Formats: sequence, structure tokens, C-alpha cells
Amino acid sequence: MRFVKILERVLIAIPIMLGVAIIVFMFMRLTPGDPVDLMMGDSGSVTQEEEEALREEFNLDKPLYVQMGYFLSGMARGDLGNSFTRRQPVADIIWQTLPATIELALAATVLALLIAMPIGIISAVRQYSVLDRVAMGGSFLGISMPNFWLGIVLILIFAVKLKMFPVAGRIDYGMELHYTTGFYVIDSILTGNWPAFVSSVKHLFLPAVTLGAAMAAIVARVIRSSMLEVLRQDYVILARAKGLNEFRVVVKHALRNALIPTVTVVGIQIGVLLGGNMIVETVFGWPGLGRLAVDAIFSRDYPLVQGVVMIYALTYVIANLVVDVLYTYINPKISL
Amino acid sequence: MKGALQIEPRNRHSYYLMLRLKLWWNAWKEFGSKLVRHPTALFGAVVIMIFILMAIFAPYLAPYGPDEGTLDNRLLAPAWMEGGTSAHIFGGDELGRDLLSRIIYGIRISLLVGFVTVGISVTLGILFGVIAGYYRGWFDNIVSRFGDLLLAFPFLIFAIGMMAATGPGFGNLVFALTFKGWVEFFRLVRGEMLSEKTKEYVEAAKITGQRNFAIMVSEVLPNIIHSVIVLATLRMGFMIIMEASLSYLGLGIQDQAAWGSMIKAGKDYMMNAWWISTFPGLFLLTLVLAINMLGEGLRDILDPRLRTDQ
Repeated sequence: MRFVKILERVLIAIPIMLGVAIIVFMFMRLTPGDPVDLMMGDSGSVTQEEEEALREEFNLDKPLYVQMGYFLSGMARGDLGNSFTRRQPVADIIWQTLPATIELALAATVLALLIAMPIGIISAVRQYSVLDRVAMGGSFLGISMPNFWLGIVLILIFAVKLKMFPVAGRIDYGMELHYTTGFYVIDSILTGNWPAFVSSVKHLFLPAVTLGAAMAAIVARVIRSSMLEVLRQDYVILARAKGLNEFRVVVKHALRNALIPTVTVVGIQIGVLLGGNMIVETVFGWPGLGRLAVDAIFSRDYPLVQGVVMIYALTYVIANLVVDVLYTYINPKISL
Repeated sequence: MKGALQIEPRNRHSYYLMLRLKLWWNAWKEFGSKLVRHPTALFGAVVIMIFILMAIFAPYLAPYGPDEGTLDNRLLAPAWMEGGTSAHIFGGDELGRDLLSRIIYGIRISLLVGFVTVGISVTLGILFGVIAGYYRGWFDNIVSRFGDLLLAFPFLIFAIGMMAATGPGFGNLVFALTFKGWVEFFRLVRGEMLSEKTKEYVEAAKITGQRNFAIMVSEVLPNIIHSVIVLATLRMGFMIIMEASLSYLGLGIQDQAAWGSMIKAGKDYMMNAWWISTFPGLFLLTLVLAINMLGEGLRDILDPRLRTDQ
């Protein structure tokens, strides 16, 4: 029964992705600005024939529905087309930038959870204490913080003024690193390259803080409120009455149950993270998917925009799906 | 049985009107007293009021016009720093314009974007939500599926795509933000409508022969408007940040003093003029913080079911 429902959810995701693909396709075609003009740049010495050859190469001379047909059938085969500006398959470009984005997103998530979990738990256990009030005030600030401004302020303080961290990029200029996974932190550990490890972690730190701040704030609040609820339950009172020490009560009995809503929120926040990474990657010059998307939109690189947005939407839909499914496993009372 | 309830038939209408006014007035009084006793909400409300007043009286408050400046004041330091003058408290921007004046005029854009986008989103959300939730059927199906589709995009990516397609400017910005913004209100209103519809008072209204439209507007809507108000307040802060983010990327509002554009301009001068990015962002943070505080407070006051802690 449950399997059927999950299958149903997966099947619903397919028309949604198809709709997303069509919307993305139409969007870019409605955009003013001719990609061929932009590709030619300011050279001005392009002949009519060369322009037409280019249009033919990218199928821009065909009617819209034919172009859409090419796009959709290509996508079904996993072929996202060729980038206008980079003359490379879109799938390859995305594949090359993906590790940078995942590395940043993972670092942000880990950092956010490391900060949020203890703060949320302590705030709930010591409700209305000074620490609780300061932490909740801080989380309010984190939720209201525009992340591009936070990024700039962090750069101003820690990179420009204190010179503790670099301003932008993934690794020091000119530093040699043997790339295997594309995750610089992991690559440097694998090759035992200590200076590269330090450099990549330093480069990663400020963007990860910027991207993770809002997530930390929200997760801390959710953990606090669900802990407060759980701590009032009978089984927690019983555990205390049995004389278990407070640490065991909080961590073993309360926390495990309080994590249920947290899983959902973390899942939803991954979607928010995806939106945020475009801004944060732009601020920090991080060569990931977010910056790629912004650049592609500005240069009217239709296939690249389509590809990147499809990846974003797919991740978003999958994250929501996983959360829904996880939720029914954790809490059987909820049906899909 | 003699008493206050015996009313002359010809006076009945005005009596009910008075009763309604009285109830309405009492509800506001109760709301006011709760707001005053909720420090977070009160603080948020006061700060927002100050911002609204500053936006309205910007031409009187701002020492200079938003676009006037001389290159002598280019990257001028704030008053308390070396080289600063008290004539330009926050210093000058990259074109020698007075930073404080531009920040004050920037309040207008942020507040306007917030009110207009949330206003349109709420209106559409209520309209579609009430109809879809009350009648169900094909309308509900189409609008709900379309909403699901829009929700498959992260908000910022969608807005960036829209702005790239339509070009910068206030109207396009509002269009881009509301195109997806109504969905949340629609889902909230539709859900509430579905659960309210089965309640006894709706049945009673149907039995007394009220029209569907009257039931929706005068019976059900007042019962669900509280949650809409709470969500609207919280979304307003979000929309203001969205506008600033788009302006930061160069896709939002460029021809006027918008905070996001100012922060973007300042980023290029980070090394020698930190104030250009810092101060507009500080105001943006304060405004959004105040709105969120009011929103959380309103949630406690208006919609106790949604309280996150007790």
C-alpha cells in the first residue's frame, strides 16, 4: 500500500518536470535579445552567411514547436544540447560545475546543523533563560538577514579588514591540486596536499557561513519548539521519574522524537539553499551552478539556462519527494 | 417578555448595524490591547510605522535629493571618520551622491514592493482559493496543478528568469514576484476553505437560503482571514528581500535608489568605501526584522493554533 503511494508520488513528479521544461523553454524564447547577436559580440564583421550558419547549427531558424520538440526529445535521452557561448555540451558544463555547488551546499548544511542542533536543544531545555533569549533573538536576525549583504559584510570584516579569509574563489591562485572528485577539500585530503587543504577550507568557510546562516536560524527554532513539545510528553516525564540523568533523558528520549519535524524542515531548506546559492556564489565568485545560471541568463545561452534550471527543479522536486516519503516512515499517522 | 431585544421593525436594520459596529470595535480594542502587551509585535509595529513615515516624508527628511551629487563627494567617508563632514552623515556613494538621502528614498521602493506584491498575491490567493475550495471541480484541479508546477521552481530562480525575460523595472518586478507569490495564499485559503466548509455554521447558512457567494464572503472569509493576515505579514519581509536580491543582481530596480542596487554598487568599492554597501543593508535588515517580528507577534495574537511554543 505504502509502496503504491510512493510510486504514485514519483509518477506525479514526471508531468511536473515536463511542465517545468516547457515553462523554461517558453521563458527563454520570450526573452528579448537575440542569442546570435550576443554570440557575435561587438566584432561587427560577421557576414550574413556566417550568421545564418550559426542559426542553423543551433536550430534557431526552425519554428518554435520544432525547437521544443528537439529540446524535449533530447532531454528524454539525457542530452541537454550544446551551450551557445561555450560551444560545449550543456551536460558536460553542468557536470564540471556541480561538485563546487555540492561542496558548498554540503558545507553550509553541516555548518548550519552543527550550530543549530546544540543551540536549539539548550534553548528548549533552558527555556526563557538568557541563553534561550539571545539564541532566539539571533535566529530572528538570521531569518531576516539578506544573504548577499551578510556575504559582503563578512568579506569586509574577515577578508578585507582582518585578512583571515580570502575574498573569493575556491583555492589560492596558482596552487597545484590533482583533481579527482572535483571536491577540492576531499581531493586535497586524498592526495595528502596539506597547503591545498588549508586553502580550500579557508575559501569555503565564508560562503558556507553565508549560505548556512538562514538554515541554522530556522533549524534552531524548529528543534527548540519540537523539543519543548516532546519534553512535556508522558514518556519524558516517566524517564525523569525513573531517575535517569538529564542528559540521557534529553538526548535519548526527547531528541530522537523531536528530530521528526526537523527532517522535514531540513529537506525544505535544501530548496531554499538552492535559491540562495545563486546569490552567494555570485557574491563570492564561487564557480558553481548558481553563478553559471546567472551568467547564462545574462548571455541568453538558452540551452545552458534550460539545463541548469532543469537540474534545479529536479533537485527541488526530489528533495520534496524524499521529505514526503521519509515523513510517512517516521510518522505513520500521516498519509501521502 | 419586555427588554432590549424588543425592537420596532423599522429600526431593526440600524440596530443590527450598530451591533455589528460594536462587535467590530470590540474586536479591534481586544486586538490593540493584545498587541500592546506583546513586546515583539509592538516593537515591530513601531519600527514599521517609523519607516512608513520616513518613506512618506522622504523629501522633507532627506538632506539632499536621491540623484543629486557632485564628484567632489565621490566615496566621501561618513561623518565620524577621517575626511568626513557632518553635511553627509553616511558619506557619499560611488557617484558622489549623499548616501543617507538615497537610503531614505530607498525605503519607498522596498515598502512599495512589499505592499503591492503581497497585496496582489493575497487578492489572487483569496479569490482563487475561496472559489476552488468551495466549488472544487475543474477549476480547483487546474489552479491547483498550475500552483504545483510553479512550486517546483525555487522562488529566486523563477524570479530571475522572469526578470531576464521582461527586463528590469518596477512593473515587471511586481509581475515576476506575484506570478509565483499567490500560490502560497491560494493553498492556505483553499485548505482552510475545505475544512470550514464542513462546519455547522456553513450548513446553517445554506439552510437559511443564503447564496453561495454570500456564504463565502460574509460567513467563511472572516473565519480564515486571520491566517491570511499572518502569512501576508511574513511574506512581505520575504518579498522585500527578493526585490533587493534581484536589484543586487542587476535585474530589479535600477533607475531609482533601491537598496539592493546600492549594495551592489558598493561591492565594487569594498576595499576603500565599505559604507556604501553596509548602511543600505543595515536598513534593509532592520525593516525585514521588524516585519518578521510583527508577523510572529500577529501569529501569537490572531492565530494561537499556529503558536510554535507555549
